[in-house]
Amino acid sequence: MTDIGWIDGVLGAARPQAVAALLRYFRDLDLAEEAFQEACLRALRTWPRNGPPRDPAAWLIFVGRNAALDDVRRRTRQVPLPDEAELSDLDDAERAMAERLDSSHYRDDMLRLLFICCHPELPATQQVALALRIVCGLSVAQIARAFLVGEAAMEQRITRAKARIAKADVPFETPGAPERAERLDVVSAMIYLLFNEGYSSRREDADQRRKLAEEAIRLARLLLRTFPAEPEVMGLLALMLLQQARSAARLDADGTIVLLEDQDRGRWNRAQITEGLALIDKAMRHRRPGPYQIQAAIAALHARAARAGDTDWAEIDLLYANLERLQPSPVVTLNRAVAVSKVRGPAAALALVEPLESKLSSYFYFHGVRGALLDRLGRRAEACVSFDRAIALANSPAEAAHIRQHLDRLEGKAS
Amino acid sequence: MLYAILCYNSEDAVGSWSKEYHDETMARLHVVHDKLARQGRLGPVARLLPTTAATTLRKGRENLVIDGPFAETKEQLLGFYIVDCSSLDVALETARELAGANPDTGSYEIRPVAELYAHTVGQRQKPAA
Repeated sequence: MTDIGWIDGVLGAARPQAVAALLRYFRDLDLAEEAFQEACLRALRTWPRNGPPRDPAAWLIFVGRNAALDDVRRRTRQVPLPDEAELSDLDDAERAMAERLDSSHYRDDMLRLLFICCHPELPATQQVALALRIVCGLSVAQIARAFLVGEAAMEQRITRAKARIAKADVPFETPGAPERAERLDVVSAMIYLLFNEGYSSRREDADQRRKLAEEAIRLARLLLRTFPAEPEVMGLLALMLLQQARSAARLDADGTIVLLEDQDRGRWNRAQITEGLALIDKAMRHRRPGPYQIQAAIAALHARAARAGDTDWAEIDLLYANLERLQPSPVVTLNRAVAVSKVRGPAAALALVEPLESKLSSYFYFHGVRGALLDRLGRRAEACVSFDRAIALANSPAEAAHIRQHLDRLEGKAS
Repeated sequence: MLYAILCYNSEDAVGSWSKEYHDETMARLHVVHDKLARQGRLGPVARLLPTTAATTLRKGRENLVIDGPFAETKEQLLGFYIVDCSSLDVALETARELAGANPDTGSYEIRPVAELYAHTVGQRQKPAA
């Protein structure tokens, strides 16, 4: 066993469960992390020789806990525990004990660990950074690269977040059903935020940021494994997979955004689409719709259309109407307007869009959509004004370049 | 004789592989697949989606639908091969070759196939004239 690539995989997979259980023992994030690190170091020493234990997470929890306790004992000059190099695997008795201890707590441990990272006192960016560091085990350097900030700044951001949590009350009692549902909501929102951070529209960042989207998908899988019958968690994972499936087709060779209807659908990731469709199917069976499921169902309709012209816009319009009822927001209405324009034409869509002006006047997409609708209605001068506003509000050169194409075409017509 | 080689591994661990390790492992596995195919010994091969995409129908007086796999286990069924082998020794040797390409964790369960109905999916049968 010269190649230890497999150990990284095993340690990475066991990390969330192990850190979550160690956190319950020590009730201290730093101590839990140190214990886990120590257990990993010992794993790297013994696993290449002995092979992986049957239950890597239980091994890491057991060894991590003992290492931390051992450290305390050594300081108090007591007898240390036997060297785990002798321990090719845990004894069956110990293993059964570790398993009993942990499987009964597993769900709540995992949710607590994720939930701690979402503490309401932490700004969203710190929540996400903390989850990447603690749950996913990314290095500070990796997180800094993904967020396009300096390593020192990211180090500071994470340290500050940890300090805040250490002062805050971390709930260790077993949550009741309402608290559990509330925690699931908060954790889901953090995961989706992380995913959207990874959805960069600049080509030069796309590679760095893809890592964030991948970690978000990994966390959602973890959450769904922990809560296998929660339709909104299925919806969240489906939504992210279906969006991520399109990532290779979203930017052209020059880094310009390619709109959904113009994308080369052959470049969509079929495996991710298949999994996303399977998950949304599973979720719908529960008949407990929620915002993630509806958004995933919309993404699924796009994924199912072999060509842009095959898209079932009438169904998408209905789904957006449902989403508006569940989660009213001008951005949702704006998205619905795009579907309406396909089904009932630009005038009906513009009637939905115009009343949003006061709320969305500084939103790039509002002016982009409004401009495109005015353009289709032949109101060129007004369309140009909207496109100008959109360019001024663009979040990236790629967005600006995309609108610029429309403007150039319109101005070409005018002259 | 036909054998099913059932691939068990921790899907979390496989999901945590780096892209490089994943690609290298798949490349090594494809060498073994190609060799078996050239020998005319390789039947259907399937790689399954994660168990989070699974649903279970538990049979009983009233069938019960459960989200997720039938049993929670440390290692999950991730895929399978159907391979033609003249003896268990040959089947074990084939599994060893696969293990050499994808070493270290997980297991291959070698199960002789009692009957194989080799229908083709994706093509509807033409109605009889």
